Amino acid sequence: MYSEDVIKHFRNPHNMGKIKKPDGIGKVGNIICGDVMWLYIKVGKSASRRKKDEEVIIDVKFETFGCTAAIATSSMITDLAKGKTFEEALKINKQEITESLGGLPPIKVHCSVLASDALVEAIYDYLAKNKRPISKELEERHVHIKREKEIIEERYKEWVGKQEEVVGEK
Amino acid sequence: MRKRIYLDYAATTPVDPAVLVAMRPYFNRDFGNPSSLHSFGQKAKSALEGSRNVIAGLIGAKSEEIIFTSSATESNNLALKGVAFANRDKGNHIIISAIEHDCVLNTALWLSKQGFEITQIPVGKDGLVDPERIEKSIKKDTILVSVIWGNNEIGTLQPIVEIGRICRKKNVLFHTDAAQAFGKIPIDVVRDNVDLLTASSHKIYGPKGAAFLFVKRGILLTPILHGGGQERNLRSSTENIGSIVGFAIAAEIADERMNSENKKLLMMRDKIINKILRKVPDSYLNGHPTKRISNIANLRFAFVEGESMIMELSAAGIAVSTGSACSSPKLEPSHVLLALGLRPEEIHGSVRISLGRWTTDKEIDYLIEVLPRVVEKLRKISPFAR
Repeated sequence: MYSEDVIKHFRNPHNMGKIKKPDGIGKVGNIICGDVMWLYIKVGKSASRRKKDEEVIIDVKFETFGCTAAIATSSMITDLAKGKTFEEALKINKQEITESLGGLPPIKVHCSVLASDALVEAIYDYLAKNKRPISKELEERHVHIKREKEIIEERYKEWVGKQEEVVGEK
Repeated sequence: MRKRIYLDYAATTPVDPAVLVAMRPYFNRDFGNPSSLHSFGQKAKSALEGSRNVIAGLIGAKSEEIIFTSSATESNNLALKGVAFANRDKGNHIIISAIEHDCVLNTALWLSKQGFEITQIPVGKDGLVDPERIEKSIKKDTILVSVIWGNNEIGTLQPIVEIGRICRKKNVLFHTDAAQAFGKIPIDVVRDNVDLLTASSHKIYGPKGAAFLFVKRGILLTPILHGGGQERNLRSSTENIGSIVGFAIAAEIADERMNSENKKLLMMRDKIINKILRKVPDSYLNGHPTKRISNIANLRFAFVEGESMIMELSAAGIAVSTGSACSSPKLEPSHVLLALGLRPEEIHGSVRISLGRWTTDKEIDYLIEVLPRVVEKLRKISPFAR
């Protein structure tokens, strides 16, 4: 069911844990649905000559509640994001994460979306906190992620209501 | 090879070697069709009827009251749909519990789309159905009550005798899905006031592909499968003779060993529950502590998700299962655990451990050693753990 790389990342996740005083945090997912990802980033000047003086993600860590795929994609996105400029990091999409892991079962692809969303939210958080300009595209992605979260929470409310109705005596 | 420890006996069981030996001749030597008049057919026929006698005898039924089917799912479908359509003139109301197996639940949902009215009786936090609530829900047009005897996820055993007594008093047919209970607790359909009962072979060390529905004499059913008229015209299909023979042998063995196996499994089960709950903070038992099948323990761990627990345990060679949404094809949490009043986030951290004939103390000790480590490891990754 899972690829070897997924299992590898799941069993020995990279960059797991908190960053003390992070520059940005992205909190995505919903415990009701079973996947919650918290991504912490530390921002600094690049040490590499190529990106000299450019702002890059110098450290990134995660905490995740979720299934094998959720943990593996969290681990993978931290690997992919480290050392990248915001522009580069924001280009990491579900395809790249999924392919880097040697594929995901179709039903688990949403976990890779969650991982890239967490990174978007962490970068957004950093830029917003520091009153830095935010591109229209990033703003739109942030709004979209927030709205999706609200929809799920709303659906959950209805769903719990429905469960009570079904389970309850008529 | 790395050691593999199977603790998922509630999902399915390996075939007992004695069963395998007994059923083997019916695949090539005594392979005849029981409907054939020649000696090949008659040999198979006598094995079929012999198996029917054995099974009937084990539950206090008459031979002609046993209908062989292919699975518990089929038996439950036949019970619900069969009673519903045969009794349409009497009424259209059916009562089930909120913690039925999917095959009863979804059959009932399907029947509701055909115009039948379905009432689901809730269970308490301990997973038990209150017979009084069933009595109160029975109406003039109620034709059937169906309650699972031993729950497949949490293992709770329902007060079947009492529910049966109520149904008898109210003149309503009573069906119970005993797929997990048959072979593990003594069953007497007469004493226990049961009208229809489902049991399955592969849960009791028999082969897959065989099950039965007990149908008390005089109860009319509408068949689902139409054809050559086998099984008193209630289940047309050439009988799966090898598997049926295996089923009967498996049932006999289970009956002979019931007391000793229950004693062993109960001790192991409670050892797991007590030790794990003591070793792991924020861990809980799902379902009633004592009114449960001897071989099922369902535990819940806060802050971690079940599918990842299964994978970690699997990497350590241990096979168990979970009711977490992440492990289900529909990504929905278990309806049984929801019915206990648990929130979806609590259900995600649930793990079912089910023991069986070949479970050893050593395996249990290994589980008790590994499981807390797995929970600890995943809690380190989780944002919620303290």
